[in-house]
Amino acid sequence: MADAPNSPGPSPRPYGRPLSPHLQIYRWPITMAASITHRVTGVALAAGTLFLAWWLIAAASGPEAYALFARLAGNLFGEIVLFGFLWSISFHLLNGIRHLAWDAGYGFKVPTAKLTAALVYAGSLILAIAVFAVGIMVRRGLGT
Amino acid sequence: MNARLRTPLAKIEGLGSAKSGTLHFWHQRMTAVALVPLSIWFAASALAYVGAEQGAVATYFAEPVNAVPMFLFILASTYHMSLGLQVIIEDYIHKEGQKIAALMLNRFAAWAIGAASSFALIKMALQ
Repeated sequence: MADAPNSPGPSPRPYGRPLSPHLQIYRWPITMAASITHRVTGVALAAGTLFLAWWLIAAASGPEAYALFARLAGNLFGEIVLFGFLWSISFHLLNGIRHLAWDAGYGFKVPTAKLTAALVYAGSLILAIAVFAVGIMVRRGLGT
Repeated sequence: MNARLRTPLAKIEGLGSAKSGTLHFWHQRMTAVALVPLSIWFAASALAYVGAEQGAVATYFAEPVNAVPMFLFILASTYHMSLGLQVIIEDYIHKEGQKIAALMLNRFAAWAIGAASSFALIKMALQ
């Protein structure tokens, strides 16, 4: 953490002085977990834009480049990345709608915020699994 | 409220520690709202073309009705991404030089990813 604006600057912490508790000390309320997950899934989606760019460039480059992309994306590692991407986008989307509701002034009561956080976790998992399953069925349908 | 107690907008614009905090907040929300339908559309499109041949994907994006939403998705998502990562950098990097370097790199990366994706898309759209 940065020093307070009016502090004399960085100095060695005096021995025995109490430290402010941090993440590993606090019990994790679900609202805090949802907030952290929103940020983590945002970073994961930022990394996912590299795959998006790769997909589009491969598709624009021709059958050989696309076949390489399809082969590398088609193994177990690719499946895990795809599911991680789907869950991240599901969570970030649902929790983003929760944020927009807060911006409009709704859902601030603690029981409401806890309930919506739980709904976002459950909904994002259901959504990701459903979409992933549909993806598998589409591929089976294409015979690949 | 008494008009004399209000600060004229022109006098407060660009002030505050970040100079443009409200603009950042507002753009983050605008792109968030735009991305609700766009990301659902994108997920559905990507899903339909997982495992498809290159020709099928190129044909899909040759249609303006598919290329235009994809272009909007690229613009909104890379801009939303750069705004979000900016907040994370400002939260966790406190050394001024490192922070400025990271903020620059963040914008460069967003533009590079957005430009590369858009170029590939336009190439397919105009084929």
